Amino acid sequence: MLDSVSAGEIEAAGIGKNFGRFTALKNISLTVGRGEFLTLLGPSGSGKTTFLMILAGFEAPSAGRLSLNGVDMTETDAETRGFGMVFQGYALFPHMTVEQNIAFPLRVQKQSAQQIKARVAEMVEMVGLGGHGHKKPSALSGGQQQRVALARALAYEPPVLLLDEPFSALDRNLRGQMQDEMRRIHKDTGTTFVFVTHDQEEALALSTRIAIFNHGELQQIDTPREIYDRPSNRFVAEFLGDINILPVNPKLTDEQGALAEFEGRAIRAVSDQGGGSSVAVRPEHMILSADEMPQGNSIPAKITDIVYLGAETRLALKTPGGSDLTMSLPTHAVPATAAVGAPFWVNWAPEHGVFL
Amino acid sequence: MSKSMKSALLLLGPLLAFLMLAYVFPFLGILRWSFTLPELGLGNYSDALTDPLVLSVFWRTLRVCVIVTVVSVASAYVITLLWVRGGPVQRLVMELCILIPFWISVLTRAFGWLALLSNRGLINTWLQGIGLTSDPLTMVRNEFGVVVGMAHFLIPFAVFPLASAMRNLDERVLLAARGMGAGRQRVFWTVFLPMTAPGILGAALIVFVFALGFFVTPAILGGGRSVMVAELVYLRIFQSPNWGLGAAISVILMIGVAFLMGALMKAVRPGEKS
Repeated sequence: MLDSVSAGEIEAAGIGKNFGRFTALKNISLTVGRGEFLTLLGPSGSGKTTFLMILAGFEAPSAGRLSLNGVDMTETDAETRGFGMVFQGYALFPHMTVEQNIAFPLRVQKQSAQQIKARVAEMVEMVGLGGHGHKKPSALSGGQQQRVALARALAYEPPVLLLDEPFSALDRNLRGQMQDEMRRIHKDTGTTFVFVTHDQEEALALSTRIAIFNHGELQQIDTPREIYDRPSNRFVAEFLGDINILPVNPKLTDEQGALAEFEGRAIRAVSDQGGGSSVAVRPEHMILSADEMPQGNSIPAKITDIVYLGAETRLALKTPGGSDLTMSLPTHAVPATAAVGAPFWVNWAPEHGVFL
Repeated sequence: MSKSMKSALLLLGPLLAFLMLAYVFPFLGILRWSFTLPELGLGNYSDALTDPLVLSVFWRTLRVCVIVTVVSVASAYVITLLWVRGGPVQRLVMELCILIPFWISVLTRAFGWLALLSNRGLINTWLQGIGLTSDPLTMVRNEFGVVVGMAHFLIPFAVFPLASAMRNLDERVLLAARGMGAGRQRVFWTVFLPMTAPGILGAALIVFVFALGFFVTPAILGGGRSVMVAELVYLRIFQSPNWGLGAAISVILMIGVAFLMGALMKAVRPGEKS
């Protein structure tokens, strides 16, 4: 088990990156805490991988400063930073065996043969590859290669481990397994992890915090729960999970929260800024009722489609004003009277609505 | 036979027919001479393998070809490295340096080297002019001249397999090595070079096999003093009419090349898979 004291804290201040006239990153400022698992999440071309490459030292930022444990490292090259890195496609040395791959960074550090041997054996064991040590990467499955890459990157106890979409080549089942393993290894090593992915489920499952990128800008950085429940803008709301966005007229804020009007009805929701032009509600936060409910928000709608998905059922509805709604209910909670064309009331608690 | 096989055969047909007429039939003829001229039997082969002159030519050919292969592949490796991994301007310059000699005929190039390397050639005149040497250095009519001329001709042939090996290399593997603290030297020797090894073997095979059959360059730059196998065959057939012996030497050369190709193919194949 590694010493969590060696975990590093990274601070990025105003990082920008231009490729010719193209702006890949604009003014990114964030801190990655010691031992944190930070996920950089965004659609392709959002700048998340560029940011990771800047953290690794493979790309130089066009603007801004980077520091590790309070010491400026903006000009430090990748060799000296010594962060662990797991690449998309693993980037294993094809001409070396599993053990030789894992020993590579230890050899670079000129550790003694004895130390290297012990450490390699420990790492092989940690990633569950006992008995595969003498194989070449080409003789291993994708998941096994992934483990070798992880073991190699962690062998020399780097202060920070950077991971660039490490699971993108694996099938779904294996992904789940590797995610569990990744969580365990993060816990065991205590190292700071910075992880790039475009898979939102992966991000929610693994991270202590998520940083959402779009068009080279940092949209929001917070815990998975906070980002899911309180998206700070429309992009974040729509990017992470499904969400209903209702166009509203903002009115005023009173002591019970913010107030707005949707199709002639008063809607309450939470807001820091006091109202916005739309209210966002997650499909699973809405409930169906036959009559208008006295408390909370309640709007009438007709069912337009019912999709049975096993444990849950998705309902599509339309309001009298023509807005589309999506609801997600546990299948056992779907009323027997639910049918296409049936009128219902859609209800949700004010704290589940967010002004955007 | 499937439809695509049929159309493939149809398209390849003219080429196959040409190869049969231009190579296979004549070669069968040579094979026959080697056993029948001047009389039926294995006499030509026993002569070829015992005659000290023939053996010394075989030995010299092998030595020159090994040296040429090492020199060509090593220079081609550096050239390809500069070409594939350089900036846009460097890439263009290297491309021209590789391609322009490629377009000039072997003969012209051999005479070009003669003009440069001979006793009263450019290099010797210059060396003597600035007083570095008093007597001319002998750089042609010996193996040195042959090696220079052959390597110059063969370098581009080594560049192409090396370039494809270097281009196919996953850049991220090099980044990974750097990220783990390995400096440029270490990345080159422990990662880049071993990963391009199949390309090196391929280039060496092409250059070596090509070099074995070289005729014009050794004839001109060796000036009849460093005779190589191809020239020996020519001499046996055209100057001292001993067609049977010339044919036997050709067949021995051919078998040697076939063995070598087979062995190297086997060595290269497993590397290609990974």
